[in-house]
Amino acid sequence: MTKMTIMGNMATALGAKLCRPHVIPAYPITPSTLFPEKISEFIANGEMDGEMIRVESEHSAMSAAIGASATGARVCTASASQGIALMHEMLFIASGMRLPIVMAVGNRALSAPINIWCDHQDTISERDVGWLQFYAEKNQEGLDLMILAFKICEDKRVLLPGMVGIDAFVLTHTVEGVDVPDQKLVDDFLPPYKPEKYLDARTPITFGSFGTPEFYQEFKYAQVKAMEESEKVIDEAFREYKKVFGRTYQKITPYRCEDADMVILTLGSMSGTARAAVDILREEGKKAGCIKMTVYRPFPGKELIDVSKNAKVIAVLDRDITPGLGGALYADVAAQFVNRTAHPVILNYILGLGGRDIVINDFKEIYDKSHQALEKGIQNPVEWINLNKEIL
Amino acid sequence: MTEEKELFACGHRACAGCSEPIAVRMILEEAGPNTIGTICTGCLEVVSTGWPETAWEIPLIHAAFENSASVASGVEVALRQLGRDDTHVIAFAGDGGTFDIGLQALSGMLERGHKILYVCLDNEAYMNTGIQRCSSTPLGTSTTTSPAGTYSIGEDRQKKPIGAICAAHCIPYTATATIAYPQDLKKKVRKALAVNGPSFLHVLVPCPTGWRFSSEETVELARLAVETGIFVLWELEGGNLQNIKVTKKPKTWRPVEDYLKQQGRYKHLFKPKKRQDVIEKIQQDVDQKLIELGITKET
Ligand SMILES: Cc1ncc(C[n+]2csc(CCOP(=O)(O)OP(=O)(O)O)c2C)c(N)n1
Ligand SMILES: [Mg+2]
Repeated sequence: MTKMTIMGNMATALGAKLCRPHVIPAYPITPSTLFPEKISEFIANGEMDGEMIRVESEHSAMSAAIGASATGARVCTASASQGIALMHEMLFIASGMRLPIVMAVGNRALSAPINIWCDHQDTISERDVGWLQFYAEKNQEGLDLMILAFKICEDKRVLLPGMVGIDAFVLTHTVEGVDVPDQKLVDDFLPPYKPEKYLDARTPITFGSFGTPEFYQEFKYAQVKAMEESEKVIDEAFREYKKVFGRTYQKITPYRCEDADMVILTLGSMSGTARAAVDILREEGKKAGCIKMTVYRPFPGKELIDVSKNAKVIAVLDRDITPGLGGALYADVAAQFVNRTAHPVILNYILGLGGRDIVINDFKEIYDKSHQALEKGIQNPVEWINLNKEIL
Repeated sequence: MTEEKELFACGHRACAGCSEPIAVRMILEEAGPNTIGTICTGCLEVVSTGWPETAWEIPLIHAAFENSASVASGVEVALRQLGRDDTHVIAFAGDGGTFDIGLQALSGMLERGHKILYVCLDNEAYMNTGIQRCSSTPLGTSTTTSPAGTYSIGEDRQKKPIGAICAAHCIPYTATATIAYPQDLKKKVRKALAVNGPSFLHVLVPCPTGWRFSSEETVELARLAVETGIFVLWELEGGNLQNIKVTKKPKTWRPVEDYLKQQGRYKHLFKPKKRQDVIEKIQQDVDQKLIELGITKET
């Protein structure tokens, strides 16, 4: 193990390097550009085998990733925002062909107006493409989740692609101390990728068939079953990771939730701020708790119900928006509880879009607003935090 | 003729007289079984990959419409990384998947220097979606989105010079071919597969459904395209268009009218009133192209 002080992009790039990918098709985009730069550097200096494909677009990055993965290679890429949106078509095809490609993401807002800063719109908008989704709170998690993503996605029971999100700038460009595991340990944890079926002249098969109405639905069902199966595989991988590398991962990580009246659900780097805010609220005698969600797809519904069912209110924080509905995470959470006779009130807060800072006071406001809703009735289940009404 | 197994099997669902399977069979006969293919969304994919069957006896991947070239790029690099680079990679694509929506991916593949043979099967329109115009559709052609009418001669733009565009990437080998000249086509496949880098093969594939001719005339139409100079068979090593070598010259050049009048897509140039002006324009364009290629017509 080596201790390094590095940016989030370096952490995901090092995580990727430790997994020994054969092919890395990638295209630069802020804030994840450092990833392809670092991989190029590793290869140029002979520190890494594998080959970069310096494609002419993200659409081609994902297309080349699909071609390489179907040929039997371990494949990794990185992107963000507009780049992921451009890949959209191919993301469905990667999962439909059951190719365990892993993508590092620097989570960034979508145009227009163009904005390079953090929110989760890019990956949240891809929640239906059939990829596993992981969100990191800090750089260490970015590195670890890259290794874990390969482990989980390549498992024969899963065979689906996965993306690992680290927040734009807050993580991608911020240096933090990171433990970089020894290559030997990673090699033991993640053996070489050996698919049963791949493009091979000795045993010709066709990938990407035409699926008529008699068959299409079964293809999709099998894919969904694999996603469900991944729930177990994720737990196994997290347990093994803890044993080998000593760091604990959970699909959701509750903090002071046991006796909490109100739990706040977060994704990504705001989770640390949430814990600090909970401590302050507790000092003020307010029974707050928070939950960090690390795995977003498959959605950890059972775990979420378990830790939050006794709360009076769940405040779901969305750094994304589904116009005309509210936050995407809010809809996901509400769906978990809807068929239960008694459940907490579920409130939604939209915040931090396009890189607006999320600070302790925002959590206090969320606590107060939620409390008020409990006392006086819900005025509006979807509230925007820190909206500057003067410039509207 | 060889006794070897067909690598594009019978039982596919192409229209009677379709020349795409003919071209693919000829190409794979030359390439052999140690080949991985990529294809685009389009007629070829629809007629050959209906699950749970496949007409392909080589490993094949179809991903989407616009990216045969980038999928093939991934395949080629993966083969090298996995130590299996004795396998040929052939990217097939329709004219829509090449001239229009796939041009960027193709340019990237050519520029990056992948050792891939890219084959454009050009039937001069989006046939799979019902004969819509493409930038490959020649002037005067009636399609469903460039219909002939009182105020329309059909397609009003020239065919995009895709071969020259590809050659301008300074790739080692660029050529045109068609199914009426199998030896010429196969020789070009052999040359293309032997170069150490990207090659581009532009294959004219007459389409009875879209061009509206009778299904037994496919080969004849391909031959007529060459004999009229509408489609010139040539090859080029490197990026200098001055070095284009014409590989087939007919004994006598026929007027373009012989080619046009055999096809329903040009019916409006003959009926109700003969559009001599348009036919002459097409003839002039062909003559000009032949002059540029250094071909003098013997009379
Ligand atoms: C992104 C995208 N846009 C449009 C389509 C619809 N589409 C499928 S095949 C096709 C035309 C194919 O034309 P071409 O490449 O010339 O092949 P052909 O069918 O003529 O052999 C179109 C427009 C698609 N599948 N994907
Ligand atoms: Mg076509």
